[in-house]
Amino acid sequence: MRDWRQALRDFARWWREAFRSSGGLKVIFFKELGDHLTSTRMTIIFSLVAVACLSSLYVAGQNIRQAVNDETSAFVFLRLFTTSGGSLPAFIAFMSFLGPLLGLAMGFDAINGEYHKRTLSRLLAQPIYRDDVINGKFLAGIAVLSLMVSVLGLLVAGLGLAFFGVPPRGEELLRMIAYLVVTVIYIAFWLSLSLFFSLVFRQTATSALAGMAVWLFFAIFAPMLAGIIADGLFPVAQDSPADLVLRNAAWKQGLSRLSPTTLYDEATITLLNPGVRTLGPVLIHQLIGAIPGFLPLGQSLLLIWPHLVGLIAATMLVFAAAYYFFMRQEIRTN
Amino acid sequence: MGNGTAIIVTENLTKRYGPVTAVEGLNLEIYEGEIFGLLGPNGAGKTTTILMLLGLTEPTAGRALVAGLDATRQPLAVKRIVGYLPDNVGFYDDMTARENLFYTARLNRIPPEESARRIDAALEQVGLTQHGDRKVREFSRGMRQRLGIADVLVKDPRIIILDEPTLGIDPEGVRELLDLIARLSREKGKTILISSHLLHQIQQICNRVGIFVGGRLLAVGPLETLGRQVMSGKPLEIELQVEPQNGEVLSLLASLEGVEDVCRDGPYVRLRCAKGRDVRPQLAGLLAQRGITLLHLRARGYDLDDIYLEYFQGEGKP
Repeated sequence: MRDWRQALRDFARWWREAFRSSGGLKVIFFKELGDHLTSTRMTIIFSLVAVACLSSLYVAGQNIRQAVNDETSAFVFLRLFTTSGGSLPAFIAFMSFLGPLLGLAMGFDAINGEYHKRTLSRLLAQPIYRDDVINGKFLAGIAVLSLMVSVLGLLVAGLGLAFFGVPPRGEELLRMIAYLVVTVIYIAFWLSLSLFFSLVFRQTATSALAGMAVWLFFAIFAPMLAGIIADGLFPVAQDSPADLVLRNAAWKQGLSRLSPTTLYDEATITLLNPGVRTLGPVLIHQLIGAIPGFLPLGQSLLLIWPHLVGLIAATMLVFAAAYYFFMRQEIRTN
Repeated sequence: MGNGTAIIVTENLTKRYGPVTAVEGLNLEIYEGEIFGLLGPNGAGKTTTILMLLGLTEPTAGRALVAGLDATRQPLAVKRIVGYLPDNVGFYDDMTARENLFYTARLNRIPPEESARRIDAALEQVGLTQHGDRKVREFSRGMRQRLGIADVLVKDPRIIILDEPTLGIDPEGVRELLDLIARLSREKGKTILISSHLLHQIQQICNRVGIFVGGRLLAVGPLETLGRQVMSGKPLEIELQVEPQNGEVLSLLASLEGVEDVCRDGPYVRLRCAKGRDVRPQLAGLLAQRGITLLHLRARGYDLDDIYLEYFQGEGKP
């Protein structure tokens, strides 16, 4: 009986020791947060994104009257984010293109930078778990980018409110918040990718370039490549049967959805434009008898649910790979 | 100085990186309160051994016990009592010295008031008090090294492990550093493990040294016995300088019983004794008797210099 109790007590002690938080996560989180917020790099990138987004707001201001008059006057507030005009793209297009840069800039030297400063072995010799380091860096990055994305979104919303006098309605507000959340998830994907590269490559320049290469590939080349592959598999001519055309379109879309950028673009346009009712190809006979109207938020979310799941899964997959690499890596400074 | 209880024990500790064996079957005991010098050329496996002691690298075989704790299974408990100064230590350049130390203190869960006190004391001890609020970017190599020591002191560990602490510091800095290390051991009873390839620098303060070459520990012990241990079975060589130095003296020395060979080497005369013989007792008497002045006498082979030459420059092939 006594042995049994003793064993239980030993087990409890072991459990406490093994699963107790080392407290390192919190310390590293706040240190990284401070580093990000005070770094010159972050100021530059954030200024770039902010200028781009504000200029798109200006364009929206120029064109919103026309855009609203063309169709109905519903969801005017959301038009602030989606209206483009002249030479400048819309807010969401800027976010989709420059957002990854934010994530990449925050993570590309996260771990190999510590190697170069020769601080990693000193850091890991402190009584903290090894994963506290990578978790702390990742969470601090997410905190900073949540902050930035919210600031930008709210800035645009607030300025729109002040200059154009378009108050958001309840649903518009919810849609905007959903949009900001999706943006954070999207940029978190790029953050985890750059973290991964910072582990794989010992040179910070290499990991930065690798991150940029992936970014440009997904932003520019992936849609083209999807088109080429789809056309190669199912060549479509002017007089091709509808079946083939459909299959070509489905393949093109399916392939381009492998890119998180496409997922994000489709998700955000659905969120910010309630008029988007479907994302796939639509046949004319399917439209016959359909009543044009707006989707409620719930239905829009349902439409992009797979996109959200895909984005979160991609982020977690890449972070898991980075985590695994980090836990297995040898801590030699030379 | 050591009170006899082993605080660091390695049992058959082995680390292989693929086909390369970095550390091979290391059995080492370091006693509480002593200064132990791990001597070896670059690439001998010293840093790997240290990383295994801290649980930062997993041994391929064997285990390392620090204060009775298995470093691989309970790394956190080990790291709480061990302070480690890495080889060529680095700091966050855009933070001040004090901020860097404060970060370490927070990672060690030292309460803020206590850590402020400890940081002041540590900076004082390493002589960086005036530079505490400067950014580390502006620090010289030697100042960084001293800050590294302060970083260890803030933690106030039972065991201090210093990897190549004297590298890249000027001679005056080395002297101060060694003084500091000796004082820590003497006044606070810390156990200190120093790894170095510069034996001249650390031999003055080590109670015991281990010679580590090619992943193997060749010899361990206090400096005095180490020479005998390493050089046992080798003929003794005596180096002497006499006045006057001429052929007559040389032939006189050669005639001494037990001397195998005599040769001139610059200002010195070298005698090689027969195996197991030591002619030093007779030598002094003989020279005095003939009115020859003895200026210098040294037995080669019992000195760390010779051990160094024997092992380090011979790439570990005795």
